[in-house]
Amino acid sequence: MAWLWVIPAFPLLGALLLALLGGALPRRWAAAIGCVSVGAAWVIGLVVAGHYLSAPPAGGVFRQTLYDWIGVGPLRVSLGLYLDQLSLVFLLVITFIGFLIHLYSVEFMGREEGYSRFFCYLNLFVGLMLLLVLGDNLVSLYLGWEGVGLCSYLLIGFWYLDRANGRAARKAFLITRLGDTSLVIAFFLIFSRLGTLDIQQVMREAPALGAAVTAAALLVLGGAVGKSAQIPLQTWLPDAMAGPTPVSALIHAATMVTAGVYLLGRTHALFALSPLAMTVVAAVGIATALYGAASALAQRDLKRVLAYSTMSQIGYMFIALGVGAWAAGVFHFVTHACFKALLFLSAGMVIQALREEHDITRMGGLWRRLPVAGWTFLIGAASLSALPLVTAGFYSKDAIIWATWASPLGSAALLTAALVGDALTAVYIFRTFFLVFLGERKREVERLPGPLMRLAVIVLAVLSLGAGVVSRPAVLGGFDPLGRLLSSVFGVPPGEGVPGESAILLLSALATFTGIAVACLTWARGAAWAAALSASRIYDLARQFLSSGWGCDWLYDRAFVRPYLFLTGLNREDAVDSVYTGLALAAAGANRVLSLAQSGRVRNYATAILLGAVLVVALLVLRGAG
Amino acid sequence: MTTVCYGACGIALLAALLVVTSRNAMHALLHLIVMLLALGLAFFALGAPFAAALQVMIYAGAIMVLFVFVVMMLNLGPSNERREERWLTADVWAFPALLAAALLALSMYALANLWGEGFGATGVGPKEVGLALYGPYLLAVELVSLVLVAGLAAAFHLAPPPRTAQTEETGDG
Amino acid sequence: MGNTATVSTGAILAVSLALFLIGLLGVMIRRDLLFVLMSLEIMINAAALAFIAAAAKWRQPEGQVMMTLILVAAAAEVGVGLSLVLRIYQRFATIDSDAVSTMKG
Repeated sequence: MAWLWVIPAFPLLGALLLALLGGALPRRWAAAIGCVSVGAAWVIGLVVAGHYLSAPPAGGVFRQTLYDWIGVGPLRVSLGLYLDQLSLVFLLVITFIGFLIHLYSVEFMGREEGYSRFFCYLNLFVGLMLLLVLGDNLVSLYLGWEGVGLCSYLLIGFWYLDRANGRAARKAFLITRLGDTSLVIAFFLIFSRLGTLDIQQVMREAPALGAAVTAAALLVLGGAVGKSAQIPLQTWLPDAMAGPTPVSALIHAATMVTAGVYLLGRTHALFALSPLAMTVVAAVGIATALYGAASALAQRDLKRVLAYSTMSQIGYMFIALGVGAWAAGVFHFVTHACFKALLFLSAGMVIQALREEHDITRMGGLWRRLPVAGWTFLIGAASLSALPLVTAGFYSKDAIIWATWASPLGSAALLTAALVGDALTAVYIFRTFFLVFLGERKREVERLPGPLMRLAVIVLAVLSLGAGVVSRPAVLGGFDPLGRLLSSVFGVPPGEGVPGESAILLLSALATFTGIAVACLTWARGAAWAAALSASRIYDLARQFLSSGWGCDWLYDRAFVRPYLFLTGLNREDAVDSVYTGLALAAAGANRVLSLAQSGRVRNYATAILLGAVLVVALLVLRGAG
Repeated sequence: MTTVCYGACGIALLAALLVVTSRNAMHALLHLIVMLLALGLAFFALGAPFAAALQVMIYAGAIMVLFVFVVMMLNLGPSNERREERWLTADVWAFPALLAAALLALSMYALANLWGEGFGATGVGPKEVGLALYGPYLLAVELVSLVLVAGLAAAFHLAPPPRTAQTEETGDG
Repeated sequence: MGNTATVSTGAILAVSLALFLIGLLGVMIRRDLLFVLMSLEIMINAAALAFIAAAAKWRQPEGQVMMTLILVAAAAEVGVGLSLVLRIYQRFATIDSDAVSTMKG
């Protein structure tokens, strides 16, 4: 497939053009280059998808090797592209959502400084993300992995003049670094045992790892945990909301944070060989899901609610991956990309309309003034809470919940916890909806969203409702093209033929409605008991605890950051350098001592000469005599 | 002759010691002249009359006169003597004396096997020396006369310029 | 001329050496530049004595030739040295050699 390389090349070329010429170009041109490059990548992606689906190649894979990159001893790495069903799905999502967000940014960032810089970084990001999902070996994947981490740093700190943004960017970068290190160690392990880094070869030869497969899987999981903001490396995501809203939508909701999901999906053969690793994945997933949902409940910043929500939803994807329902996890990724990007973009409309107000307790009654934002946010919220039958989120979340019951690695406890999380999700997102859009208006709308912004969110809203069509559960018709597509990669999904699917469906619908009801009662009508509760001390403490992310930042600061700073402070004077300064000091001291002998007095010099003469003669005479 | 030689050497040593430890410059000069004369006698006793004559005439005669003139010009008086005494304390000469003694001891040790040897018969007369000087060593003679000229020119150049009223010094330097 | 058959070489050389060391001692001990010059004269004479002793031993005129050359060189040296002493006296108002120690450290 000779055109495969064009797909990542377009956005990268766009980034290059904008980097070199961006300062000199007028805004229209910068926006045009940015959007056209990603749009072109999407179109070509569609064309390739058409080819792929209509005339599947041998082995179900398009491959293209670009050039031999590293050749050192036994290590042979080439920069190559690999397109199978999994990367096809990710490719289409990335390019399409990316394109929509680029359109949105044209107007959203319209009055900002650094306009072309923004599009340059955004294009760079899309290009590198495509390289990540299209890479055929672990090193190309890692190239994309690190690259998107860099773009994340650049974009979080986009408004770099405010130091807090720089701190947030650094925090994100450093914490994901920990995950990246774990990933690299996994590569070392794999290479040392299997002698290759080509992904398909690794998957085939994974059994040869023997007992080390658990270690390799867990190390890979470490990398995924960092990038996808799961426990324990999750503290960077809420702070990453310091970046512009399109950035939060594209990178920290739809695509980059899901790179962990992609990674686990790609290396699923490793995990399938290690039940322990799978259990850990599921445990991480459910823990993060509940953690994120609980924390989102107490947030006051609109974007932070969505950040914790992202964390929680990716937790659900990890649960799916952990119980072996790989296709369900990927399906949830697809729907989540749609509705989470939608939620972020409509939130962005609100924030911009209220002139950079982020606090939802100061918003209210915006339904009439911002109808597009209101409707789209409602649709996104409904999809997130998995409102039954009409939303896409329902089908994907239901697939996951079904898998927690039906898969041999699932359990009743996991199911219960997932349902609780479901309910919490509905509570927090509808709380947000009610506080922002209903009730009395506290601030006036100062800026209405432009046409491109509205177009983007409307398209995403349609997708959030309709994307569920690609994968229906058996009881509702069983129309599942996505599942069939992915089965070539992942095999048969677990839980085939296990009874009780409709019961599970009803349970999950129940959870959703319960959550929505609680939210209505508490925030929509303002019930008396809610007011009484909110006045109590316990509520205050609980709210503080939850809104600070269960005190994780505080804990990490005490446990890691301060001891580290203390240790580095011990060597502030640089003990190693003191060897060299010591040498210099010794030389200077010796000089001072020896200078004392230079008194300038002739008779001292004469004495010194005599002393030397005595020594030499003594040496000659006594040596000669002996 | 042997006793003359040894005696002269002894006097020379004694006079040299006196030179080194004398406080008065004039006295030291006189001691030095004695030493030179004693050495001249030693040369004569060793069979080198020409050298002895030169030593007395030029060294003790001309060169010491230079010293005397300078002492006169510097006008070193009694206060100088007192100062010299102050300067010649034990801590000044102890270590150098020790070193010198050490070197002497070592060299004596090295010379030990020469002690027994004696000299030959007669000395060397002026005629032989003259023939040697103006024979094979003619170049050396000419060169050394150049050295004299150079010394003359240097002394002429380095001599202090005539004193003006400002540079008038007081009393004993 | 005389009978020098029993003068021992070692003794004369020892005397020469002792004279040389006395002169060196004078250079090291005395601060007065004049005395230093005088001590230098002693040292030069000690060297001359050694040459003469050698001349007597081997019965060659070269020792006396050398002594003559030494003499002439010493004369030139004294001339220049005394001029320098006078100059120093004019500049520093003293003939203390310790005063002429600005090249220290």
